Amino acid sequence: MTSVQESRTLHAPMKVEFDYTRSLGPVLSQFMTGLRRRQVTGGVLSDGTVVVPPPEYDPTTHRAISEIVAVGDEGVVRTWSWVAEPVMDQPLDKPFAFALIQLDGADAPLLHAVDVDSPADMETGMRVRVRWAEETVGAITDIACFEPLPSSTDAGSELPNEPGSDAEAVTGIVSPVRLAYDYAASPEESKFFRGLAEGRILGQRCPSCHKVYVPPRGACPVDGVPTTDEVELPDKGTVTTYCIVNVPFLGQKITPPYVSAYVLLDGADIAFLHLILDTEADEVRMGMRVEAVWKPRDEWGTTIENISHFRPTGEPDADYETYKQHL
Amino acid sequence: MAVRDVAVVGFAQRQMKEMDGSPTCVEILVPIFAELFEQTGWTKSDIDFWCSGSSDYLAGRSFSFVSAVDAIGALPPVNESHVEMDAAWALYEAWVKIQIGEIDTALVYGFGKSSAGVLRRTLAMQLDPYTMTPLWPDTVSIAGLQARQGLEQGLWDERALAEVSSRSRTSASDNEYAIRKGATTVEDVLAEEVYADPLRRSDCAPVSDGAAAIVLSTAEAPGFDKLSGRAAWITGFEHRTDSITLGTRDLTRSPSAALAGSAAGSQDVDTAELHAPFSHQELILRRELGLGDDVTVNPSGGALSGNPMFASGLIRIGEAARRIWSGESSRALGHATSGPALQQNLVCVMEGRS
Amino acid sequence: MPKTLAAVMGVGQTHHRAKREDVSIAGLMREAIDRALEDAQLTFDDIDAVVVGKAPDLFEGVMMPELYLAESLGAVGKPLLRVHTAGSVGGSTAIVAASLVEAGLHERVLTVAFEKQSESNAMWALSIPVPFIMPVHAGAGGYFAPHVRSYIRRSGAPTHIGAMVAAKDRQNALKNPYAHLRNDKTTVDTVLASQMLWDPIRFDETCPSSDGACALVIGSEAAVEASAITNPAWIHGTVMRSEPTTAAERDQVNPQAGREAAAKLWKQTGITNPYDEIDCAEIYVPFSWFEPMWLENLGFVPEGEGWQATERGATALDGDLPVNMSGGVLSSNPIGASGMLRFAEAALQVMGEAGEHQVAGAKKALGHAYGGGSQFFSMWVVGSEKPS
Repeated sequence: MTSVQESRTLHAPMKVEFDYTRSLGPVLSQFMTGLRRRQVTGGVLSDGTVVVPPPEYDPTTHRAISEIVAVGDEGVVRTWSWVAEPVMDQPLDKPFAFALIQLDGADAPLLHAVDVDSPADMETGMRVRVRWAEETVGAITDIACFEPLPSSTDAGSELPNEPGSDAEAVTGIVSPVRLAYDYAASPEESKFFRGLAEGRILGQRCPSCHKVYVPPRGACPVDGVPTTDEVELPDKGTVTTYCIVNVPFLGQKITPPYVSAYVLLDGADIAFLHLILDTEADEVRMGMRVEAVWKPRDEWGTTIENISHFRPTGEPDADYETYKQHL
Repeated sequence: MAVRDVAVVGFAQRQMKEMDGSPTCVEILVPIFAELFEQTGWTKSDIDFWCSGSSDYLAGRSFSFVSAVDAIGALPPVNESHVEMDAAWALYEAWVKIQIGEIDTALVYGFGKSSAGVLRRTLAMQLDPYTMTPLWPDTVSIAGLQARQGLEQGLWDERALAEVSSRSRTSASDNEYAIRKGATTVEDVLAEEVYADPLRRSDCAPVSDGAAAIVLSTAEAPGFDKLSGRAAWITGFEHRTDSITLGTRDLTRSPSAALAGSAAGSQDVDTAELHAPFSHQELILRRELGLGDDVTVNPSGGALSGNPMFASGLIRIGEAARRIWSGESSRALGHATSGPALQQNLVCVMEGRS
Repeated sequence: MPKTLAAVMGVGQTHHRAKREDVSIAGLMREAIDRALEDAQLTFDDIDAVVVGKAPDLFEGVMMPELYLAESLGAVGKPLLRVHTAGSVGGSTAIVAASLVEAGLHERVLTVAFEKQSESNAMWALSIPVPFIMPVHAGAGGYFAPHVRSYIRRSGAPTHIGAMVAAKDRQNALKNPYAHLRNDKTTVDTVLASQMLWDPIRFDETCPSSDGACALVIGSEAAVEASAITNPAWIHGTVMRSEPTTAAERDQVNPQAGREAAAKLWKQTGITNPYDEIDCAEIYVPFSWFEPMWLENLGFVPEGEGWQATERGATALDGDLPVNMSGGVLSSNPIGASGMLRFAEAALQVMGEAGEHQVAGAKKALGHAYGGGSQFFSMWVVGSEKPS
């Protein structure tokens, strides 16, 4: 990957993805339950107006909204904007309109998508109707989008008198959040990771306090200036402190128990975390001398993972006095 | 009522289209702090309080503000705080701390790398998580709903929007940090295709990375004499919020901006730096803040020329303060906004004194 | 001009549970807020400003949730601030709210901190893999366990101290109707018998993951006088200090920021001997060993002697210096609210409203929070009397 070498900093894609589980509480539960049975509902505010979706609390009295009423599934576009370049997970994956749509029987409009081919097909005041998703689960996406009604259609959809009832209410929704980022390491870190790709551990000295940082830093945390003078460090050092991990976690690559330790490389002024293997976990000690075990060269990349782990060197333990200031 | 006189005495910024660097922004904060120490003749030990504004979702990771503390050089430890808001609100927190009377100076910074993700999509995470975010309404679309209402109610027309964006771009010509700049006419803008109907690309702030910082001081600060009189005295500092609900708000208005403006004394300024990421929002803000035609608006080019999220509001205050330092303005305001369609607004009014 | 005297006029919190599936995020917050307003005998109309605090937005998957919550929190038309200082945030948020009153800007400020951790998974949100880096430990426990080992080595503490703290806090939690963990069978022996997760930290020595919120109403001296509140918690002093996560030879066991924050706080409040002058303390102890560590860091006892105070029972509810009367973070941990819960418990104690976990005659109490890699500290001292 020569292109990586040419850029100033190392870049890699980073994903932040989770399916959030949201409990709804009484008001939103009624709204979502309504959607599941293909019925839109609104909340009645203290001034008598009907707002869709229902707010959880009244904006004037601050009390919880208690009255939920059904509104129509047709309504009028109050304003709109054109989405020429949709982003991921929007209701439609081709150009469409977002609109504020005032449903029949409601006093305030709802934000949703309208499926039309071009902005020429959109107009404030036009009537639209809900297009329900094929399967409804109790989520705002049960409304797939809205679609225009023929202009001859009479105003006023048939209003259900009262909200329907369901055997079992929707009490929660699952909201997938999928975000993609371009992650860049700082210039100093990039030098460090590129050094690792060559089997070297490159630290840098702070020009002000002269401490050797590994990895190097965009700002020495004491002096606030970037570390500069490069110092190549040996792959040997001392365990300052550690813990034995017995708990399994997502993405874990080694079967517990194993040791996660702060390793102070010889010549460095700060320890970093790595694994201690090739020994029983309960044999690891503070002050133990360790050395890096590198992965086979053909597996190396610009990552700290080139060092598979550290293992005991067999040397006598370091004297407590030599590392106690690092605890 | 504020009782202590506090002034903006230092301001530094960086704006760029895409920063080739870490989302911690440490590498741009370090030179910004250095520039501020050069401006003030101070060192970090002259700073009594540090406060920052940034967002984890912009960076894509939890505690994204934590590494930024390294840029301070925070050993010995510092008196420090952070808001998950534009740094204009961090400036407010610092100003409040000074009002209590126990400290005299503060350095406030904001930073963000908007280009790391898809900004207009990321900001959909700010909406109601039950009924809005699952539809991923992007920032530009929401602004478009607002712009169209004003167009159709006759509050503004395409030409008025083009006047805002062409003037911003032209004013930004002299701004070394601006991303989108150069002499531009109304006709140039109107000739552009409509992108997110009713908005043209020129109506929308460019996605921007960057950082900015401001130094605050009272006259009693030991280092105040070193500043050679460069001070923009804060006479009003207020912020308010509206509901996020688009359906129950009149989107052509911004009551929170009006409340903050009248409380801060926005009516009689000669210069205003408005944080309006969309051209029509400048028109809304002018009305709500009571700014007449004789007020110079966005001499820096404003957010339409560069809008590094979480620093952009702070930059508006810094740009306003700069005009007071230079004598171009005797009374100026800096404004910051947050949330969809001008939901939350802050106004800082400053004046020069001889 | 001296600063305006401020006091806690009302305290509210939720029942903290692993999953509060009966409420939305707004509902959770309103449970705490409505209790705080009722306690202060005030309504939303009396509130001048709202200050919200929570830990990372990734926990609930909402960016700056105070924006969408503005209406539910009664903040429309008012100033609304959002604080985020990692684990110390609940404390920092209360301090920011207090500063709005102390600065003379507002009469009555509502502050609320929350976390609804069941919406996601805290371990995930805190450990999203960063490119080029290798994750070697699991969550906060893995982060702090090596430093606990360092403390044990430096102080020579016997290994049962952590279990003593855990057993004490869990027993205290039984007296607190809002606490999340309620197990009346917890003893030093059961803690010692629980699974070793991140050696030297056992399962029962770790905090739970909770849904919960805490709210305070902070008012000026004038607001207190104009109210029917006769037992406010007067704010005697507040402090915040920060330092970097990692630095060459940084002391992670007894961090300088914590030491300096405490020294400043004692000076501010005219306290020369905190061990004698503070009647009880709510200290942020997410892993049991942090009790002796923070006793030393806060200057209650000399360095290396914190474990002795724990061992001799000084920190028990009936000891010289009761610590974590509410059951502490070890019994309830909605992360963003955890710091404010410490500050709130300190207030409840001097208000005389702590119920079964009341320390008799408590006049001065400490609330403490920390966050990040033991690097962000926020603290306050509240008293039943106005500061002299």
